[in-house]
Amino acid sequence: MYNPLEALPDASTMAKKLRVLIAKPGLDGHDRGAKVIARSLRDAGMEVIYTGLRQTPEMIADAALQEDVDAIGLSILSGAHMALVPRLLEQLRGQGQAHVAVLVGGIIPDDDIPRLKELGVAAVFGPGANTEAIIRAFQEAVTASPKAV
Amino acid sequence: MGLAEDVRAGDRLALARLLSWLEEGDPRGEGVLTELYPQTGLGHRVGVTGPPGSGKSTLVNQAVRWCRQHGSERVAVVAVDPSSPFSGGAILGDRIRMRDLSGDPGVFIRSMASRGELGGLARRTAVFVEALIAGGYERIFIETVGAGQAEVDIARMADTTVVVEAPGMGDEIQAIKAGILEIADILVVNKADLPGAQAAVQALHYSLGLAKRPAGAWSPPILTTIAETGEGVEALMEAVNRHQDYLLSSGEGESRELARASSRLEAELRHTLTETFQRNLADGRFEAAVQAVFERRMTPAQAAADLIGERAEA
Repeated sequence: MYNPLEALPDASTMAKKLRVLIAKPGLDGHDRGAKVIARSLRDAGMEVIYTGLRQTPEMIADAALQEDVDAIGLSILSGAHMALVPRLLEQLRGQGQAHVAVLVGGIIPDDDIPRLKELGVAAVFGPGANTEAIIRAFQEAVTASPKAV
Repeated sequence: MGLAEDVRAGDRLALARLLSWLEEGDPRGEGVLTELYPQTGLGHRVGVTGPPGSGKSTLVNQAVRWCRQHGSERVAVVAVDPSSPFSGGAILGDRIRMRDLSGDPGVFIRSMASRGELGGLARRTAVFVEALIAGGYERIFIETVGAGQAEVDIARMADTTVVVEAPGMGDEIQAIKAGILEIADILVVNKADLPGAQAAVQALHYSLGLAKRPAGAWSPPILTTIAETGEGVEALMEAVNRHQDYLLSSGEGESRELARASSRLEAELRHTLTETFQRNLADGRFEAAVQAVFERRMTPAQAAADLIGERAEA
């Protein structure tokens, strides 16, 4: 519901906004999916930091640290997810960012999904996934793994 | 060990957390900043502003690289992008152009959504920069989109303001109208390899020529760069350093610092007063006043006086 008080100066700075990093690790150059997700999350009221193509897990972890994000969405189409995701999770844990939820989208074989989840990935989405479901997954993942404050 | 000590010791995770607290208005953030405040007077704040698509992020990327190659131990960037007025969300994409800087432990980049409020953005930016300086960052680049009043406010937070234009992005009238020339310490025509670059330089020269300047005052240089290749970045950074020296030798740095203290205090007063007022207002009073204005029973000024008067009596 519309609350006129929120129209007062600075009321909006008090609201906790979800901050999400969308990154494309690895070498494939197709970022359309990542951009669509970034826009959907923005339209759901989140602040989305988009880092662009060809990011190493180290670069992604470092960006996530500086931006103090609540969640990271990885778009991987190259098939290198079983190499890239564990490296990112390891980096995050090593930096004291174990609370950051990691979600993966892209071309992920069914057999790999349980393995990724076992590693600590909150959710995995394939081509054609429903954007509403993706938005919800980000919200739920962040609620399930809040920042240690 | 408290967060303030961690930030002072250069702990990046602690610094990132402090920035979040400050952004969310978490009272713990203010507490930490109070401890750190005596250490926030040292850094050099460089504002970079200009229209969307003029190449600010790419230029900042090159400028930070230059600083890192020329002896700066720690450089930070605060990159501001607009929030969507509809959802309140934002896409913060400046990091795409700053890829070269990722993984450098001497560089800290923080993206910030404008969140739609004018005064509040300048205030949050100033506080961010203070936290970064306390974290040991000696030069802070503040990148903002556009050329509106918000950017002018943010420019007041900077020691050195760089205004970036690109060929064909607007004629000279645009440059004058925006009032952006008055705040520029350095003007850059980026994408200088595109047609129209010389015309843009000419237009800026002409506009600057009209501005009155006291004798001995800093005269803003007009430079050309090609941020994509790094051409002209050396000259730009030399101008930035020259301006930093000028601020020191002319005493203008001190008067800017004083003006900054004044506008910081003013913004803080406005913020605190509004917030205290809102908190103490009885439920429904604001909505009732809105209704009265809506029905033309009161002018907005009357309604405001009414709300404030009620508080004074209480």
